[in-house]
Amino acid sequence: MNVQSPPTDKQRIEKLQGLGSSRKRVEDARFTQGKGNYVDDIKLPGMLFGDFVRSPYGHARIKSINKDAALAMPGVVAVLTAEDLKPLNLHYMPTLAGDVQAVLADEKVLFQAQEVAFVVAKDRYIAADACELVEVEYEELPALVDAFKAMDADAPLLREDIKDKMEGAHGARAHYNHIFHWDCGDEEGANKALADADVTVEEMITYQRVHPCPLETCGCVASMDKINGKLTLWGTFQAPHAVRTVASLITNIPEHKIRVVSPDIGGGFGNKVGVYPGYICSAVASIVTGVPIKWVEDRMENLSATAFARDYHMTGKLAATKDGVITGLHCHVLADHGAFDACADPTKFPAGFFNICTGSYDIPVAYCGVDGVYTNKAPGGVAYRCSFRVTEAAYMIERMVDILARKLDMDPAELRMKNFIKKEQFPYTSALGWEYDSGDYHTALEKGMESVSYKALRAEQVDNRAAFERGETRKLMGIGVAFFTEIVGAGPVKNCDILGLGMFDSCEIRIHPTGSAIARLGTISQGQGHATTFAQILATEIGIPAEDITLEEGDTDTAPYGLGTYGSRSTPVAGAATAMAGRKIRAKAQMIAAYLLEVHEGDLEWDIDRFQVKGNPEAHKTMKEIAFASYNQAIPGLEPGLEAVSYYDPPNMTYPFGAYICVVDIDVDTGVTDIRSFYALDDCGTRINPMIIEGQVHGGLTEALAIAMGQEISYDEIGNIKGGSLMDFYLPTAVETPMWTTDFTTTPSPHHPIGAKGVGESPNVGGVPAFSNAVHDAFAHKGLTHTQMPHDHWRVWKTAQKLGLTD
Amino acid sequence: MSKTHVKMTINGDEVEALAEPRTLLIHFLREELGLTGPHIGCDTSHCGACTIDLDGKSVKSCTIFVAQAQNAEITTIEGIAHPDGTLHALQEAFRQHHGLQCGFCTPGMITRAYRLLQENPNPTEEEIRYGISGNLCRCTGYQNIVKAIQVAAEELSVKEAAQ
Repeated sequence: MNVQSPPTDKQRIEKLQGLGSSRKRVEDARFTQGKGNYVDDIKLPGMLFGDFVRSPYGHARIKSINKDAALAMPGVVAVLTAEDLKPLNLHYMPTLAGDVQAVLADEKVLFQAQEVAFVVAKDRYIAADACELVEVEYEELPALVDAFKAMDADAPLLREDIKDKMEGAHGARAHYNHIFHWDCGDEEGANKALADADVTVEEMITYQRVHPCPLETCGCVASMDKINGKLTLWGTFQAPHAVRTVASLITNIPEHKIRVVSPDIGGGFGNKVGVYPGYICSAVASIVTGVPIKWVEDRMENLSATAFARDYHMTGKLAATKDGVITGLHCHVLADHGAFDACADPTKFPAGFFNICTGSYDIPVAYCGVDGVYTNKAPGGVAYRCSFRVTEAAYMIERMVDILARKLDMDPAELRMKNFIKKEQFPYTSALGWEYDSGDYHTALEKGMESVSYKALRAEQVDNRAAFERGETRKLMGIGVAFFTEIVGAGPVKNCDILGLGMFDSCEIRIHPTGSAIARLGTISQGQGHATTFAQILATEIGIPAEDITLEEGDTDTAPYGLGTYGSRSTPVAGAATAMAGRKIRAKAQMIAAYLLEVHEGDLEWDIDRFQVKGNPEAHKTMKEIAFASYNQAIPGLEPGLEAVSYYDPPNMTYPFGAYICVVDIDVDTGVTDIRSFYALDDCGTRINPMIIEGQVHGGLTEALAIAMGQEISYDEIGNIKGGSLMDFYLPTAVETPMWTTDFTTTPSPHHPIGAKGVGESPNVGGVPAFSNAVHDAFAHKGLTHTQMPHDHWRVWKTAQKLGLTD
Repeated sequence: MSKTHVKMTINGDEVEALAEPRTLLIHFLREELGLTGPHIGCDTSHCGACTIDLDGKSVKSCTIFVAQAQNAEITTIEGIAHPDGTLHALQEAFRQHHGLQCGFCTPGMITRAYRLLQENPNPTEEEIRYGISGNLCRCTGYQNIVKAIQVAAEELSVKEAAQ
């Protein structure tokens, strides 16, 4: 007879595929077989297509719009303009930043590619043809492109709709093109530190305008069911519940009569947080026509009109002692927000969390001030793979620290080590008011320097420079060090909301009688693999194998309310809600187990997948057994069933950090910059799925590479967009993308139920300064302090030329 | 607009339809035939999300008209798995090695790799990177895609040798 021995603890843990397991993704079966369901895959009976007539000008008055020819075209159903939306009061929509944005241009266009008319037709070809037939007569106006001239006395007036409204959403406006002034910290103290310092450095650092450019563009399908009065909106929404509430508020359709669904989303990176005119126009058109309307922007529309990122001009000043102790930081930002303030930040933070700009350093006094201005450019200002304005802050401080290191003639890694917040200082309150929850920066950078043989690299660089001087090579070696602290997981409801919606998140769990489960969350994956990882959190909490847990998100009719996925908030907030809901399940399961085992609850202990009697593990009930009993056995004093819901309001943000080291070789005669190696050490606290973490870091670094080395959306002097298609806008291919080396330390968050911190955005935050510092480092011995990104071949060659290094 | 009669073989099935000659092949596949595996990610033939296999070549189906595919033999991501439903080595390797995240580039990427491995059954890492440079991915940083294709290549050549 074969006697099967019971599974060991290790086997039981492995079966769960819980925390720490590199579980393969459950999403992949459909995606690898072409069975994903993205918004453009939705096809409904009778569905019509919408397309936009867009402005060819950066700034112009609309003198007339003639729809006749378009409407006469067979297959065209409707042409909407601002005049049609005005009676519904929908020609403007509220932005997330407390401003309003024109849904369709109202008398004026304020940026090239602005939405002017919405054509609805039987198919996308007819809609596109009809757009050409809408005759719009414009009177061109002087365009304002340079943010530094926005507040000049003779600057063109952009926003006529608010010209007399000198009190904005964030206080007084100093000029008709001014949006807000926001500041924090001790300006007097920072100035005094600068005045008293042995050494100071100052630099104006521009973080250029870029775009998240997910491979899937934005789009939606709106379907008004006239029989039951319910509007369903499928779309590329990173925050479906917030979209439902906002849609209800602006259309006056009761919230229970709106269903918002985010299907599979082909990447978001911040692009899909906002509400765009296409969504509103599709909904209106469906309400008017009574049939479903699809709108999907093309790539040029995406790059030109929906959600740019950055465009921050940051003037940083650092004060330090002669031996390299940083004594103060002063920073002022001129923020170019484009024609409408549509930044996606928590409402009380018009510059996001830019005041994390003291970075990873123990800086005793600091000040930062931000002024936002309007220009004739597309609105946006979204957090492109970073928490709100955090990559800007990290870029500024990491460049400034490098610049200071040059001035002090110190090694940039050594200067960082000298000024890091020490392990024993956590929780640490920064000069600009954040409470850093945890960190161990010295260990991380030391591990990184050891892993890349930092000293040997610096020695090689000395040799390389000598060889260059001797004419033996035309390449210069650069070593970029960056150390970042992210601030993610917005956030505590007491100070983080979007249009008044508190930024908690949620999880609801139902355990089925046979011991499998479904969990629903208020977030929505756009490639992060939530269905895989959140099931892992639950598996460890409730002892049900991850493969027996279905995870759903994105349908507001079924999922609990939550604020969505961006700013690396899913794991810190919804992940916490998942663990807490799991613990509620476990608490009830313990009561049931006590009844079944006829012991007191206190006599039980949790063990992997079961409750067992303390000191007598043979007496136990597995979660599977408990689940069955919960539905099928009358237990005195307990309701039947095993369900839980948790709405989690985090007590603090989480603060992931990391040490990145990049080595480049620059050909001075061509500007071609080879990324020789890139080492990324991330500390995101407890690691849920190492495979997915590594994948996130690879992807984030590749986006950082793109930003630092080539991406830019610029405008010419009359407001024509340059870089508005993939002809010009740089997305690296597999050829330009190097091999990434990843590493980690683990410093769990003390306030998160499982100690996790979030990781998806860290590599962008740390990656951009690492690349940029590497490029600057290559020329540092020639006196280069700073050049503006992107460091494309042409710009790098210009730098080499200016330094007299080219042939 | 007048329609033209088109006929082609897609994933082993003969397809006949009337289509406007200007219809892009990608729209025909997605909207007329419901083959929504191939995606649209750009307007300029850069992203490769729409990649299909046409007469033994990788083709970006957004760059040709349906009329140009007359009598063609086409394979899309929906036709990559074996007829018995088991996954192709590439599909399995992409899952095993985390070669995808949002999944939007994946159908084009796998379809391109499917042809690449027929053109070059034992590619080096560099050849793979060059071979998929017409397909953009915004999520993975390519590293695990390259690895998945390497692993699939090895598995396919082991299978080949066994036969």
